[in-house]
Amino acid sequence: MSIKNVQAPDSAKLGSRLSRREVLKWFAAATAAMQLDPIENLSLAATPVTSDKGYGTDPDLTGHYEPGDFWPLTFNAAQRQIVTALADLILPADQLGPSASELQVPDFIDEWVSAPYPSQQADREKILSGIEWLEKESHTRFRKGFATLKETQMSALIDDICWPPDAKPAHKKAAGFFQSFRNIAAGAYYSTEPGWKAIGYVGNVSLLGFNGPPPEVLKKLGVEQTVKSGPVFKNEIFE
Amino acid sequence: MPTIKPSQAAQEYDVAIIGSGAGGGQMAYTLTLAGLKCVMLESGRDYDPGTETPMFQRKDQAPLMGAPTPDKHLGFHDSTIDGGWEVPNEPYTQSNDKEEEQFWWWRSRMMGGRTNHWGRISLRNGPYDFKPRSRDGLGLDWPLDYETVEPYYTNVERLIGVYGSIEGLENTPDSPPGVLLPPPRGRAAELLAQKHAKKVGVPIVPIHRAVLTKPLDAETIPAKLHPNNKWAQKIVADSMRARAACFWATPCGRGCNIRANYQSTTVHLPPALATGNLDIIPDAHAREVTIDRNGKATGALFIDKTTGREERVKAKAVVVAASSGETVRILLNSKSKRFPQGLANRSGLIGKYIMDTVGVDLRGHIPALENLPAHNEDGAGGSHFYAPWWLYREQQAGKLDFARGYHVELGATRRMPGGSLPVSASLVRGAYGSQLKKEARRYYGASLSLACRGEMIPNENSYAELDPNVKDKWGIPVIRWHWRWSDHEFNMATHALKTFTSIIEAMGGTVTSNRNKTGREVIRPGGKTKHEVGGAMMGNAPSNSVCNKWNQTWDVKNLFVNDGSSFVSNADKNPTLTIMALAWRTGDYIIEQAKKGNL
Repeated sequence: MSIKNVQAPDSAKLGSRLSRREVLKWFAAATAAMQLDPIENLSLAATPVTSDKGYGTDPDLTGHYEPGDFWPLTFNAAQRQIVTALADLILPADQLGPSASELQVPDFIDEWVSAPYPSQQADREKILSGIEWLEKESHTRFRKGFATLKETQMSALIDDICWPPDAKPAHKKAAGFFQSFRNIAAGAYYSTEPGWKAIGYVGNVSLLGFNGPPPEVLKKLGVEQTVKSGPVFKNEIFE
Repeated sequence: MPTIKPSQAAQEYDVAIIGSGAGGGQMAYTLTLAGLKCVMLESGRDYDPGTETPMFQRKDQAPLMGAPTPDKHLGFHDSTIDGGWEVPNEPYTQSNDKEEEQFWWWRSRMMGGRTNHWGRISLRNGPYDFKPRSRDGLGLDWPLDYETVEPYYTNVERLIGVYGSIEGLENTPDSPPGVLLPPPRGRAAELLAQKHAKKVGVPIVPIHRAVLTKPLDAETIPAKLHPNNKWAQKIVADSMRARAACFWATPCGRGCNIRANYQSTTVHLPPALATGNLDIIPDAHAREVTIDRNGKATGALFIDKTTGREERVKAKAVVVAASSGETVRILLNSKSKRFPQGLANRSGLIGKYIMDTVGVDLRGHIPALENLPAHNEDGAGGSHFYAPWWLYREQQAGKLDFARGYHVELGATRRMPGGSLPVSASLVRGAYGSQLKKEARRYYGASLSLACRGEMIPNENSYAELDPNVKDKWGIPVIRWHWRWSDHEFNMATHALKTFTSIIEAMGGTVTSNRNKTGREVIRPGGKTKHEVGGAMMGNAPSNSVCNKWNQTWDVKNLFVNDGSSFVSNADKNPTLTIMALAWRTGDYIIEQAKKGNL
């Protein structure tokens, strides 16, 4: 049973008054449909976020915040599974660092798509429908949910959508989803300290003095340090 | 910081100052250290950089990894609170719907105003910049010359602490020896750009920024700033000792809780408050400057935002330093029988000739910078190098199709990553998996962004007026903007894009953003560079200007404008240092008048 077969309440009535009985009837049918088909579970969540309150124009800037601190999160268990699998495919554990899910990246993506701001709302629509597409495509091709695919199967699917200019017309929308998803996932991954290590960022520490690039960097670039003033400090943290 | 409620204000002050930013902060500093009693109105809330600055916070500790939102337009950790392109309850309007004629008005509603987040770039206007009309027949000359303002530039640099070098370049004034702090060393991308830009004739040198690369000399500077005033020297020395040198972490836009960079709240206001001569009223939304029967300013009327009630302060003189747009709003709303067109507006020039900076950016990918060994390039929290305008001769010889100059700001990219994919998607294309992580590491820091900051020529089509219909939450008429660039600005932006392309290519790189665009296509919209000046310009006669060379309005002798509104031109040197220098100069003039009993 597909959710399309469940008679939704007349949209004209939604604007006015809808009897409680009608709502319950529709809700029960929708729930039954979701239980029958987990794919359909995904589409129901793609509604506008309920909260329209952001963090305001005067939040405490020194706070250490977690996803969910400012607005309720979105993902249900099925969505979270798919998001985790895709984030870990994009940013796996390897010699450069841990996997996306070890760094809470799915939570950050959830926070992002749940935010009440226009740009995140636009991404929400893209991400939630993209997850749904991914799951359906996975069922079509492999008769399995995306999160349970083998890595080679996931890659076969993602290779079709990973770069919009190369994507077939039928895959353009999904390719747009992948770009947004990768952007948010990588944005989250490289916001963390292990992410910094993975990319080679070694700042955000106080130093006695600024020495500029180390000699091996100057040599590689074929340049000299042209600002000679001041002593050289033994405080740099090099990898 | 210590503030008062309207009910605690004294019966009358010597001077009322509207605004707590660069102009208001400098004015309060100068006047209170000379013993004048001042009251300052700030429309935003009190703000303490000591406890409110996110110094080492990571992006993963901020909502949405610190991304810009309609609540925090420059990202979560930017110091601006209750401000941005839109301010709650305080709308502004546009004269029409055309996209290219919109003016983006950046406002701040916090103690210290925009000085908390600004870029700290502190350049002196040069001799040409005060006499532009004499050089090319366009715009207007200032009633001031460089030599007159020079001592005040030096004073401000000594007080706030500015790093930079002495280069001897045309119309790019050097500071006297010993005034500037040592410039920070170059970053990899900056040094590479410096080397290769020479090939295309662009000189790249250390920039001047208001960041302490070493502690200020509290033993000798105060006596230079305040000769014959031991009391002031001690207060200033104490304030200087409370400032630490930069520890080379945390972007300056967040503010600085060790006071290593200039913001009004850490440099101007603490010594002014320490004199005991300054009362600050926060949440005070100025409505108008009041006058008496003789047309003398008597103080200010304002809304106490905490109660919604109208309040007033009285003073013998009034300094408006609220930012160009706000100063225009306040003066045009100060209507009376004597001044039906707004206070000090007999010339009809209040609101006219608003200017912003010509802003256009371009980014390139530089293969030489790929896969560099990891190293710390946080540096002084902003640019270390820039290229001052270098084509004066070509311009004079008529070889360029625009009249004024721009400087080039260099943006190295080995910065704290996060918030979005830290490398260009056009480089990593469809990569995912370990391939993506490898490529992110390879390309991280291998981009260079170049920004044009150029001089706009004032024109008749760019001005601010009161909207006849729209009022803010408190019933005060709001500003309506008119905006248009001229071909000078478009052509300058096109020239900058071409120059940037040649720099990127000289470095062996390729342009990745704004490739083959024209200035008209990609110039930043009006206001977007947040350097709006003009609207109450100074001049040599009441018929052609709002104020005289002392920033004193022609029509009301005890009324002064000390933000960017008095600017006659908007050189590519960024306005803040000049706002402070002129405020100090006006402050000295007010002190002299007060001594003569003329206030």
